[in-house]
Amino acid sequence: MREFNIVGKHVPRNDARAKATGTAIYTDDIKLPGMLHGRILRSPLPHARILRIDTSKAAALPGVRCVITGEDTPKIKYGNWRLFPDTQDEYPLAIDKVRFIGDEVAAVAAVDLDTAEEALSLIEVEYEELPAVFDVESAIAQGAPVLHDYCPSNISVNRKIQYGDLEKAFAEADYVREDTFTVHAVSHAYLEPCSSVAQADLDGRITLWTSTQTPYITQCLLASTMNMRENDIRVIKPFVGGGFGGKMELRTWEFCAAFMAKKTGRPVKFTLSREEEFLAGRRRHPMKLTSKVGFKKDGTLTGKDLRIHLDGGAYNAMGPTATFLCGNFGAMLYRYPSYRFFGEHVYTNKPPASAMRGFGAPQSIFATETQMNIAAEELGIDPIELRLKNAQVSGDKIPDVATISTCGFKESLEKVAEMCNWKEKRAQYKTGGGKGIGIGCYSFISGGVFNWFNTQYPFSAAEVRAFDDGTVHLLTMAADIGQGCDTVVKQILAEELGLKMEDIRITSADTSMTPQADLGAWGSRLTLMNGNAVIDAARKIKEQIFGMVSVRFNLNVIHEMECKDGKVFPKGRPQRSMTFGEAVAMAQKANRGEPLVARGYYTPRDKGMVTPAFSFGAQVAEVEVDKETGIVQVKKFWTAHDCGTVINPKAVEGQLEGAIQMGLGYTLSEQFIMDGGKTLNTTFLDYKMPNAMDMPPSETAHIDTYEPEGPMGAKEAGEGLAIPTAPAIAAAVHHATGYRCKDLPITPEKILNATKSL
Amino acid sequence: MKRIIQLTINDKEYEVAVEPNQTLTDMLRYELGLTGTKKGCEVGDCGSCTVIMDGIPVNSCLVLAMQANGRKITTIEGLETEKGMHPIQKAFVEKGAIQCGFCTPGMILSSKSLLDKNPNPTEEEIRAGISGNLCRCTGYQKIVDAVKSVGK
Repeated sequence: MREFNIVGKHVPRNDARAKATGTAIYTDDIKLPGMLHGRILRSPLPHARILRIDTSKAAALPGVRCVITGEDTPKIKYGNWRLFPDTQDEYPLAIDKVRFIGDEVAAVAAVDLDTAEEALSLIEVEYEELPAVFDVESAIAQGAPVLHDYCPSNISVNRKIQYGDLEKAFAEADYVREDTFTVHAVSHAYLEPCSSVAQADLDGRITLWTSTQTPYITQCLLASTMNMRENDIRVIKPFVGGGFGGKMELRTWEFCAAFMAKKTGRPVKFTLSREEEFLAGRRRHPMKLTSKVGFKKDGTLTGKDLRIHLDGGAYNAMGPTATFLCGNFGAMLYRYPSYRFFGEHVYTNKPPASAMRGFGAPQSIFATETQMNIAAEELGIDPIELRLKNAQVSGDKIPDVATISTCGFKESLEKVAEMCNWKEKRAQYKTGGGKGIGIGCYSFISGGVFNWFNTQYPFSAAEVRAFDDGTVHLLTMAADIGQGCDTVVKQILAEELGLKMEDIRITSADTSMTPQADLGAWGSRLTLMNGNAVIDAARKIKEQIFGMVSVRFNLNVIHEMECKDGKVFPKGRPQRSMTFGEAVAMAQKANRGEPLVARGYYTPRDKGMVTPAFSFGAQVAEVEVDKETGIVQVKKFWTAHDCGTVINPKAVEGQLEGAIQMGLGYTLSEQFIMDGGKTLNTTFLDYKMPNAMDMPPSETAHIDTYEPEGPMGAKEAGEGLAIPTAPAIAAAVHHATGYRCKDLPITPEKILNATKSL
Repeated sequence: MKRIIQLTINDKEYEVAVEPNQTLTDMLRYELGLTGTKKGCEVGDCGSCTVIMDGIPVNSCLVLAMQANGRKITTIEGLETEKGMHPIQKAFVEKGAIQCGFCTPGMILSSKSLLDKNPNPTEEEIRAGISGNLCRCTGYQKIVDAVKSVGK
């Protein structure tokens, strides 16, 4: 384990002061001279042909400056899976057809919001309603209505994985079971509604300020849908009020703001209402998962056969990635000598599901973990013992998919058992006695390897400019959306160059100022990928200044150099040091005044199909269930997890605590109430996410590992922690009541029905 | 028709011409540029737009600007003085209570109202005091820690 000065220490976030004082500027806070306000007209029908749109009355309303429909646009489809253009199935505004309630049909820009809103009501749309499908079964049935002409089956993507001899695995097993699980859709529910402001310059070039997780993806897809060159689009990410996967695609309002700004010559702003967010916003995929597993009598796994249908909603969005990843996550945590996965992504007439914290893992690992708990009970083996027997370890290979370089899973299991007094409590609480304790585990990726966006640039990049006053400027396209990557990459740079946090200035997430490229904030990728790019740039700076020290002190060539405490010196002769600024000045002087600049890059290579590094962890929930009402109260959580080196302890704790809030909501209280494709609960009052009084206490332990592929040993800590909470609570509820949840969320009604108390 | 209202915001007198249907949130944000007051739901559920009006925390999205006529308003911009940040702001920064920051101004103002009335709240009282402010990032733990640290 390395000793660090800044990494692993408590460092407050860069932006905390701006956010605490109200000076942090988010997109909707931007007001430009002459700015117009945009609103979007959405489809009231789940599936319909557009026969006619008449915008003339809206356009004639005083104060309206621009009204557009799909017919006014270049009609170019987009989607994040550029590698497979067939999957790009969305237009910025509907062409010919609408496919869900909330699908975008037209847009208005006016001098104020009230006028824009009034203009929407003046747009006449004539629809021919078509039969619609709201669940996977109906969508794949014979003769089902077809959503997209290119895809008559409504199955837009499938993925297969297979290794080992599955028939033999089940034949040799002493115990085989098959279960079907269903999981529901939930909202990202980031507090900041989506917002975009666009401005066109006199040459027609666009600057877009937008609440996004992926400035680069937005830049590229905006360019293609506008029929413009990438470099003519500049995307700037102001402060972002959370994303969780819901802000990582090109969105209609980004296109409309840019398109209408270009058309009117005035800046245009779109900000969604919370109602629009809930009604039409992206959500986590509902899925149906059928899993068959085989065990030997002693608990050794022999194989697993996993089939999944993803209810994708009306468009692919990030569904292909979720399909791909479900298969990978199904093979994680335990050693399956044989494994088969078949996943299908299905179109339905509902708001598109997409990426959401965990990206397929909360769903597929809910099935894995619940089934593991059932098997443990039926085999008469303690659930933690059964897991320890089958747990993956460092060096394990998943054929054709990944190699696990570091794995602190067994240690996490042992630690969490000790923290919560597992054995005593399991024995003490009798099944059905109202109190229970249960476990759920997770593994997650530290960024993705698969280049579905088909970027022609490195996955992540950083530029470091060093100055003779001892400061540096870090430029990166990485998007801080609240998770804190600006602070984390600054810590990594400060550590590598031996500087203080206040010596570093950072410019991030501006596509025209920061080096190409960074794929964005998703897949828990930034600490590892951008961190590695930052280290690469910092090392190139060091190569240039180390020579100066050697020359200055006439050092023997055997000396190893170091940057520490603002100084540069030979490790063995620390007294022969100069300040970082002096070294930079000398390097500049030796190079005819040229500024000292270096660029660093990171693209995972030879890392299989999934990720360079996996995180692991285990979580225990203790619950009390009221037998009369069926209400579940979580008393406490214990978590032990392996995220490699912890760069910023408070940020990691914050990720865990926030993940528990999201996991608790996913398991017990959050769901969309849908009727005929319409989302009925469109307010925070009706969409119940936990508030401060709903949160149980929690205790955490970090398992020490050092990931060789990670920056200073770090792996991911953002998304994985959102995974174990549902299976842990479900297991605890089973212990407390005897009710085994295979169908999230867990509601009082389901518990009372199962326990025959209703 | 716009009407002129007079009010005190962060100890400064203002005269503003407002539309009858304009909310206090929109007036603060779009007329006066006090964009620290955030807009998360516009129906009084999320608490991001919390300001203190005559000593009471209110969802400014549920108050019409005209109803603020003659009132005394404190927004997040009013907490920092020449001596620096308010102790609650400092605690939020120091304790890691801020992630995306969108709920932060409302959280800080609800916490301030609580501490003004009850300088030494229990954990339960803190949780109740901020239960009208939703946060999706932090799980509330570090926010509670921050408020607790100021209470002592």
